[in-house]
Amino acid sequence: MPVTRRFLSRTYVTGAVVVAWIVLWVVLNGRDTLPLGGAQLTPLHNRLGEAADAIDANRNSNPLFLYFVNYIRLFLDAAVTFVQALISQPSFGRPVPLVGWLGVTGVATAIAYLYGNRKVAVLTAAGFASFGLLGLWEESMDTLALTLTAVALSLAAGIPLGIWAGLSDRFNRVVTPVLDFMQTMPTFVYLAPLTLFFLIGPASATVATMIYAVPPAIRLTAHGIRQTPPATLEAADSLGATGGQALRKVRLPLAKRTIVVGINQTIMAALSMATIAALIDAPGLGKTVLKALQTLDVGTAFNAGLAIVIMAIVLDRVTSAAGRRVETADRTGRSGGARLRRVETALTAAVAVVLVYLSYTYVWAAEFPGGADLGSYVRRGADAASMWAQDTLVTYTNGLKNVITYALLNPFEALLARSPWWLVAVVAVALALLLAGVRAAITAAVGCALLVALGLWHDSMVTLATTLVATLLVMVLGVILGVWMGRSDRADRVLRPVLDAGQTMPAFVYLVPILGLFGATRFTAIIAAVVFAAPVSVKLVAEGIRGVPHTAVEAATAGGASTWQLISKVQLPMARAGITLAASQGLIYVLSMVVVGGLVGAGALGYDVVAGFSQHQLRGKGLAAGLAIVVLGIMLDRIMRAAASRAGSSPASR
Amino acid sequence: MAVTRNYGPRALALVAGAGLLLSGCGGAKVGETQAASDGKGGCGTVNLAINPWVGYEANAAVIAYVAEKELGCTVVKKDLKEEVAWQGFGTGEVDAVVENWGHDDLKKKYIDEQKTAVSAGVTGNKGVIGWFVPPWMAEKYPDITDWKNLNKYADLFKTSESGGKGQMLDGDPSFVTNDEALVKNLDLNYKVVYAGSEAALITAFRQAEKQKTPLLGYFYDPQWFMSEVKLVKVNLPEYTEGCDADAEKVACDYPVYDLDKIVSKKFADSGSPAYQLVKNFTWTNDDQNLVAKYISEDKMSAEDAAAKWVKDNPDKVKAWLPQG
Repeated sequence: MPVTRRFLSRTYVTGAVVVAWIVLWVVLNGRDTLPLGGAQLTPLHNRLGEAADAIDANRNSNPLFLYFVNYIRLFLDAAVTFVQALISQPSFGRPVPLVGWLGVTGVATAIAYLYGNRKVAVLTAAGFASFGLLGLWEESMDTLALTLTAVALSLAAGIPLGIWAGLSDRFNRVVTPVLDFMQTMPTFVYLAPLTLFFLIGPASATVATMIYAVPPAIRLTAHGIRQTPPATLEAADSLGATGGQALRKVRLPLAKRTIVVGINQTIMAALSMATIAALIDAPGLGKTVLKALQTLDVGTAFNAGLAIVIMAIVLDRVTSAAGRRVETADRTGRSGGARLRRVETALTAAVAVVLVYLSYTYVWAAEFPGGADLGSYVRRGADAASMWAQDTLVTYTNGLKNVITYALLNPFEALLARSPWWLVAVVAVALALLLAGVRAAITAAVGCALLVALGLWHDSMVTLATTLVATLLVMVLGVILGVWMGRSDRADRVLRPVLDAGQTMPAFVYLVPILGLFGATRFTAIIAAVVFAAPVSVKLVAEGIRGVPHTAVEAATAGGASTWQLISKVQLPMARAGITLAASQGLIYVLSMVVVGGLVGAGALGYDVVAGFSQHQLRGKGLAAGLAIVVLGIMLDRIMRAAASRAGSSPASR
Repeated sequence: MAVTRNYGPRALALVAGAGLLLSGCGGAKVGETQAASDGKGGCGTVNLAINPWVGYEANAAVIAYVAEKELGCTVVKKDLKEEVAWQGFGTGEVDAVVENWGHDDLKKKYIDEQKTAVSAGVTGNKGVIGWFVPPWMAEKYPDITDWKNLNKYADLFKTSESGGKGQMLDGDPSFVTNDEALVKNLDLNYKVVYAGSEAALITAFRQAEKQKTPLLGYFYDPQWFMSEVKLVKVNLPEYTEGCDADAEKVACDYPVYDLDKIVSKKFADSGSPAYQLVKNFTWTNDDQNLVAKYISEDKMSAEDAAAKWVKDNPDKVKAWLPQG
């Protein structure tokens, strides 16, 4: 078995590199660590700051702005304002929006019914009613208006790009780093600069949301297109299908499930921006959350966060049901019931129109009646729960924090941040070479050089330590829960709402309770990142497990494999592509929370970014810190993927 | 399947019919009850930046309330951090910032260089910045309020974040701070740890008082949290004029800030009565803390809080209104 021997020797060399690192670290501890004080700046940081100033000064004279950026801004503002005028803001000289609560609820329910099924229609009606019952109708509609605009534009751009990336390897290679960049670049970094380009308000908020929300649509569309089994394509080919036909009749239908997952992710990502966009005066629920944070009013923040979660769940279920419906319709054909379907559509539309008319005309249908104020109960309940948790759990949580900090985080951080920078760089390149090959080694070398050049090496290493620990926890959760969910439909039903909540509940809502539990520490940042990043990993692992062919599972079961053997020998190895995707997405989501970590005591790059957003003279440094986060993300992701595919190519080694 | 399909349209038809019936019965019609309210004239629209702290919101709420009720202005409130708000002066999206703490760099850029902003005088509030401990500590260790004794207590303040030294907790990065220099120049065995946000700082102090755990941190007054937990200030070497001139060598306490108002040049030149109101507006820390308390503790809306205060203080409000 030559493969095994080679693998073993590689393991030994890897071990030797790590041991050498630790030995050298003991000797060289604290030398050449390139620290940079809180207010210290490098010339690069100053130049970046000056560039921002230049944009500020030339906004109304530069042709790029006059003929391009300013038009985009006008278009986006008009688009959002138009949707707001329809559903959320008093408009056209009326004291209420064109369509009141009854009309919006009616239309949404009708859409859910026609494109989904009766169940999601009921869910939609209940969800929209709950916005009013929580006392947040107008705010919810503002959020919906902004989200719908951003998602519509994201999909219009994202799905064609995704198809292209799915068909063309070259384009895929070009676009992947750009997507990584967009997803890992912390929103805070481009939020203030965006207001330089698109001014304060909905336009900037829409662009910020799109930058963050479009990558999942592109990525998962491409992923779906790529997953078409070669045998199916060959069959289509041998039947004489052209490239376009193969795309429309074979690849797209087969990719539909994955594309819908991508649309869901885009919606989730867009909604998760609701609070952050509120920092530049984006309308909606996010504002309520931020306001509540100023007075540490957990109840009010939770109430608004709950509305965001409900909105996410409704949109998610409707898109999924619509996806399934199209899928079954494709399979069964449209032979029977076409006439019935037309009648059904006409009637549903008629009801919706009536409801819209009512809400246009009558106050009771336009403004949500304020009778049952569910919101105040939710607020009080959340307040009490958060108080209880903070008061009673604090002794245990403190212990947990200390164990993980002293046993895992501090040694890790010491090793990374207290070693000389050149030592870490050499080790990183060596490990990348051993585990992932030459290309990854080059990526690692370039990445390390960039971190040094950005002047933020030390902060990057501190952030890296926190990120790696968080990603580790995310993957532990991802594999355990993902396998459970992938194997059991019941687990799926129970877990999915919880995961949706974790992904869409704005971090700002649970910051106060976890701060109470863990204090302003790096561990708090890790918890916040895990809450946000674990759901996507769990979902992708589950998706991978579900994608394992039934025949393989049946064969193994018939062969007498136990459940444990089935999971470890068949399902996990065969779902490797999904798990790798889960790990890299998990990592990227963790990195996207680095800035939130900066708000709760994690310091380092996250703090630099927040500081750059709030202090004028630190603007350049904040920008550099954002770039450093991106460099870390791309570097880790590349190495991880290459390592995974290499480990995959030598299965005999395990 | 066919059965349920048949049932669907019928049910929908029923609902549609019921809807049509309802529309026949009526109710109050949109536009009949509420007429769009026009301003009393002369004032127009005022774009007020709302910086994210409650004290600021108290100022803004009262100014907005008076501008709307007394002067007939339309006030548009925009939730923005300081940096972004100042940026808005030039683009005409922001007319006024009504509580400003220092920010000499922003003043230099927007007032002196770009000339898009001008000062509109002080608010009357005195801003105090400093190092604070929770009340239980000041009671148990009375001499802790003198900085000379801080090293004696450094062990108490050790945390998982402070690397064996005592922890000095700083807050939001937009706050003015000299703390790293202070620790170094006063030879304190402490490490400055950045909580990163006001919420983190307040939560830390709240937990410290409740759980009776030690905490030393950066804080400031006026601040609504002071009415919940009265933090005790640790006295650093006294501030003298110019002792903070060199940021690297600071070894003295923070000065008392005169908080002021900044408006856009355009707004100042517009002759709007709202500008006169912003310019004339002054009140005390107690006034502000009271309105801030209405908002944060009594959970009143900013508007209701302002209405209540204005009703109770007609004389002060009268003095702000433009003459003639």
